[in-house]
Parts: sequence; structure tokens; C-alpha cells
Amino acid sequence: MNRKFTIAILVNDQPGVLQRVSGLFGRRGYNIESITVGASEEPGLSRMVVVTTGDDHTLEQIQKQLYKLIDVIKVIDVSGNPMVGRELALIKISAEPSMRPEVLGIVETFRAAVVDIGPSTLIVQVVGDSEKIDAMIELLKPYGIRELSRTGVTAMNRGAR
Amino acid sequence: MSAQGTTIKSKEELIAKWSKPEVISGSEILLRSLLLEGAECVFGYPGGAVLYIYDAMHGFDDFKHLLTRHEQGAIHAADGYARSTGKVGVCIATSGPGATNLVTGIATAYMDSVPLVVITGNVATHLIGTDAFQEADIVGITMPITKHSYLVRKAEDLPRIIHEAFHIANSGRKGPVLIDIPKDVSAQKTLFQPISGVQLRGYNPTIQPNKNQLDKMLRAIESAEKPVILAGGGVVYSGAHEELYEFVTKTGIPTTTTLLGLGGFPSGNDLHMGMPGMHGTWTANMAIQSADLLINIGARFDDRVTGKLAGFAPNAKIVHIDIDPAEIGKNVPTDIPIVGDVKAVLQQANALAKPATKADAWRKQIQEWKAAKPYSFIDSDTELKPQWVVSMIHETTHGDAIVTTDVGQHQMWAAQYYPLNKPRSWVTSGGLGTMGFGFPSAIGAQMGNPDRTVVSINGDGGMQMCAQELAICAINNIPVKVVIINNQVLGMVRQWQELIHENRFSHIDLAGSPDFVKLAEAYGVKGYRAANKDDALRVWKEALEHPGPAVVEFVVRRNENVYPMVTQGSTIDQMIMGDAE
Repeated sequence: MNRKFTIAILVNDQPGVLQRVSGLFGRRGYNIESITVGASEEPGLSRMVVVTTGDDHTLEQIQKQLYKLIDVIKVIDVSGNPMVGRELALIKISAEPSMRPEVLGIVETFRAAVVDIGPSTLIVQVVGDSEKIDAMIELLKPYGIRELSRTGVTAMNRGAR
Repeated sequence: MSAQGTTIKSKEELIAKWSKPEVISGSEILLRSLLLEGAECVFGYPGGAVLYIYDAMHGFDDFKHLLTRHEQGAIHAADGYARSTGKVGVCIATSGPGATNLVTGIATAYMDSVPLVVITGNVATHLIGTDAFQEADIVGITMPITKHSYLVRKAEDLPRIIHEAFHIANSGRKGPVLIDIPKDVSAQKTLFQPISGVQLRGYNPTIQPNKNQLDKMLRAIESAEKPVILAGGGVVYSGAHEELYEFVTKTGIPTTTTLLGLGGFPSGNDLHMGMPGMHGTWTANMAIQSADLLINIGARFDDRVTGKLAGFAPNAKIVHIDIDPAEIGKNVPTDIPIVGDVKAVLQQANALAKPATKADAWRKQIQEWKAAKPYSFIDSDTELKPQWVVSMIHETTHGDAIVTTDVGQHQMWAAQYYPLNKPRSWVTSGGLGTMGFGFPSAIGAQMGNPDRTVVSINGDGGMQMCAQELAICAINNIPVKVVIINNQVLGMVRQWQELIHENRFSHIDLAGSPDFVKLAEAYGVKGYRAANKDDALRVWKEALEHPGPAVVEFVVRRNENVYPMVTQGSTIDQMIMGDAE
């Protein structure tokens, strides 16, 4: 049965390492729903977080194949345990001044923020899990979404794990 | 340089010679480092981006380099050297087209887990990314087909990178490692000091097996009534042929060896069942399909072995021993996974292994199958049969040659009719199935084994994909015996078109091939031809006795098919047994 998995990959911060990881997903037919990369707690190492879908067999193969890359230090199925997963979205919507109070109401309810106001547009910034961002997008759709940019999920396990 | 008489200094001598830190060029660091890693012979082809590297070879007498006539020849030669010696094969090519000409060879080595260190030049660092003359992103191009790769940014990194590359290539699941060296880096001067030890946090192959899993396997053997061992290339690559022999002898389990595992277990042994799979023996395939326990030792359940996966070994508990955890459970669900080096695993297993005592009836069944359905063909008095030719070669070389093959029908006939008793005597492109591999790989095998007879068995198709390397055999007197099984057609494609595409023969006729005897002679290599048994035996013996390289063309029956055959999508017990039945 296909499920969604969130995998954290600790890698050497080397040129080409993103290509090695994403290329592996591509050529073996694994799906990438989102991928984020950035610094980790240790200098010289980066952490990637990949959201993918597949069955348990696929997840096992993904982990094993990733470990074969020399630049991969550690692979964790973050979604296998309680986790915090967050992404950020910037949503530019059409908003004439008359519409703004209504929009601001939605933004406030979602504890999102308006980070730019143009003559006829607003940029809304929302942080949260993917479902929250999906919901925000749905609510803003009636106003006309001009541009949408999501970072993809970054995640870690809760507690001492 | 000939295959004989390369004197290589020991690592200790070399370290002593270079112990004083010295400022030298990146190119010289490369050559010194390669020698320190034990590179006896490097195959390569120069060009603009590797001019400094080739300049450093000038007068560098310790360094042995063989100039091939095509980069593909160089890498297949390095591959043949590696497979037949167990050492790392090394080749060098220039940037752009030089590097891309290596791609097929890199993929060949990657699929069959062959340790290679592949050196490419690249344009100077400041030109990378500008579409400069002869620029190609070879690191990017080869990422899916290398175990690891490096783009060297500073000459001072070279000693570490080369040392790591050899370590990675020849440990764990072996494979090709590419080192891309921009031209300015090969010219850069820096302080050279030999390096030892590697620190690779992300690379720790599991060697020793988990004891619990091992015990589970041993218990499974004791209760098995129909056990089978499927031994693959991992046995040969980890040098575990003696351990396998001991394991099989102790347990009494009938054993089949895959295409890459041939020679990993003596084929004359009573318990040996030959090769499994698409063109394997009746016995091996029936045994796997009837087995209640299948112990895979260093094979990867390739589709040519398993046939239709859904019906593969339907009654068997599966044990899989492999150094690469990703192979376990990839194709076939595994009951007892054992991750580890085959040699280490078998050493531990041998200390505890008990005979499979419940398998007496099974062993009897195997012997009956073997006696009833060996490989067979209908011989002819009017035409040469390829199976006869291979058998004749086997007999006259006492089964003791190193055999390299190209890909196609002749490859399967060689696998069937040249039974091997020793490991590292069989060089064939199994996973990628690379035509053009057979002949140049023999050059490498001969360089690595100057005292052994090396026979390269090719078809008339594949021979034309790398024939240019006859030049280096002639010039360097590399005494490879090149066999061409000439059926004037792309035989394996013909066979599939006959059997699966209902005789719709499409683009398989090789009319217009050169006169291979004249081709050999044009390069200064002795050429022979035979079209009947008497001539075949006579010219083959002459060729064997000839001290230098020789090409022997055997003109054989055009429409001969390889049997048994399991067509794609069938389970492996659904064998077409062919004309002989």
C-alpha cells in the first residue's frame, strides 16, 4: 500500500551531492514530492529532507540505495516516529484595497502574516504542516492566487530521538 | 612493452624512493600515487586535457602505460585485467569525447561490480561550465554508473582522492570510481607526501555476518530435503572459492553457478549443476524450481537467472548472502538475509556447518537429471558447429585457459561448453551485455596473467566493435588467441526473431564483414580460418603454438540456436530444449 514518507538524509556538504541523491530517486523510479537541503548541526554536513510516496518495500530500497552513496552518512525515516514537519509558503493574491480587511481576517486566523502589500496585491506568508498550508491555499483561492511558492517540508523527530 | 617482463617495484621501495617531501606537479603526483596503489599497467589514450599527465610519463620508467586505439578498448582492457587478477584496473582518457568513450566501459564494470579507477582529464577549472572545447560533465554523466566519483579541485587533494578511490573501488561491493582532473590541476605544483589510511564516514561495508541469521541458515540446511546453492560473482570477487568448496562438500548441497560465478566452483564436481537461468542447464533450473531451500551466495537474482519472478523457486525458503544490503529483498523476498562478505560468511558457516542429511533422495534426483539432460547439440560432418568449436578449444587448452567472451550466442556456448574449474578464468560482460567487450578485455587479462593462455571468444558482430585493438597486440606482442565464431549473422538477435518474432528477420545479416584473416594480417597479427573439423583442429593448434597473438576464424552454421532457452516472461522450468531433443 502506498503511503507518504518523510526521510532525513545526512550528507557530506560536497559539490554534486544533491545531484547524487536526486539522481538516485529519478533513475530508480522513486517519487520526490518535495526536497529541502540546508546546513545541519555539524559543520561540513548538510541535512536533506525528502518527502516521497511508496510502499514499505520501496521505502526499504530507498534507504538501502541511499546508504550506497559514499557521501550519505545517515538516513532516517522521520515519519516512522512522532515528528514535527513544517513548510513555508508565500502566496501572492489579488487584493484591491477594499478586499484587504477580509483577507487579513483569514491571515490572522491562520497565524500567518502579510509580508508585502502592493497596489492590488498581497503576499501572504504561512508556516505550518502541509495540511495547514493546503487549507490556507484553498481559502485564498477565491481571491485569485497569482503566484505560489512552497519550500517543501523540513522535519525532525520529537523528543530525544 | 610485452605482457612478459614488467618489473614492478614494491610499495616499500617506492615509498622509500619518494619519502622525501617534494614539490611536484599534479600529474606526477597522479603517477606516483597510482604506482603506490600497485597499478602494474595502465591503459589509456592521450589528448589535450591530459597533456600534462602524459608529459609526466615521459622518462618515468616505473610507470607502465599501454596505448590502445580507442578509449573503449582501454577501459575494457582495464576491466579484463581487474576481473582476471582481482586487482584494480586503471585507465586514462582525455576530456570530452575521450571521457564519453569510456561510458560503456564504466557501465559494464558497474553492472558486474568490477573494481576500476577511471582517470579523465577535464578542461581547466576556470573553463568548466563554459562549453569549452572538449568539455563534458563526465562526473554528471557517469553518476548513475559509478560507485563514486571525484572532480579534483586542487592538486594537493590528489593523494587522498586516489587512495580513497582505490579503497572504494576494491572493497565492499566493488565497482568503478571516476577521478576527473582539470588540466590546470594536473599542471599545478604542490608538496607531495604519500598518504595512508582513509576516513570515509559514510562508507563502512559490513564484512562479518550476523550470528543469529547464520544460525538460522545452518538450521534450515539441517532440515532441508531439497536444498540448492546459487553461487554468483560474489564468490569469485571475494576470493571465496575454497570456502565455497568446503561449504558444499560439508553440507552436500547441489550447487549452481551463475554466468559471473562460473569458475567459482569446480564444474567437474558431482554436486555442480552448471549454470541456471535463460540458457542454463535443465538440472539447475529444475532444481531451483523444486527446491525447499535456496541459498543465494553472492548473486543478485538477475532477471536472466530468475525468469518470471512470480513463479521463481516457488517452494523455497530463501537465504541471501550479499555484501550489498540493497540486493537483499530487491527482486526476491528473502526469509533469511545475511549481509556480509561472502568469504567471511562462509568461513564462519564452515566452522559450524553440518551435512544436509535429509537430502539423499534429492542428490540422487540431481544425478538423474544431470545424466538425462546435459547440454547437447546435434553435431554435423558437413558444417562446423559452434558448440563443437568451443568443446575443441576446451580440450586443446585442457580447460585451463582464461576465457573472455563477447556478448551473444557464442558467449552462451562458451559458458556451456567451456566448463571451468578455477576462479578468475572467465571474463564476460554479464549485467550490461556489452558487445565489443570480449577482445579488448582479453588484452587486459593477458597483461595481468602473462603466464597463462588467454582465449578470447567472439562473434563476427562484436569482433567488429573493437577490432582496432589488434594493433596493440601486434606491437606489444600480447599473445591473445582471438577466436571468431563466424556465423555471418547477429545470431542471438536472429534466434529471438526466429523464436519470438515469428521469423521476421530484421537487420541481422552481417554480409560485408571483412575477411578476418586479412584484417588480422593487416595489423601484423597471424590469421587463420577453418570451415571444417580437420582444418579447425589443425589451425587452432597452430595458433596455440604460435608465440604471438593470433586470430582464428571458425566459419560455423548460420542458423544454430542456443538451447536450452527460457523465453522472457516464462518461469525457468519452462525450457525450450531445442533440436537435440
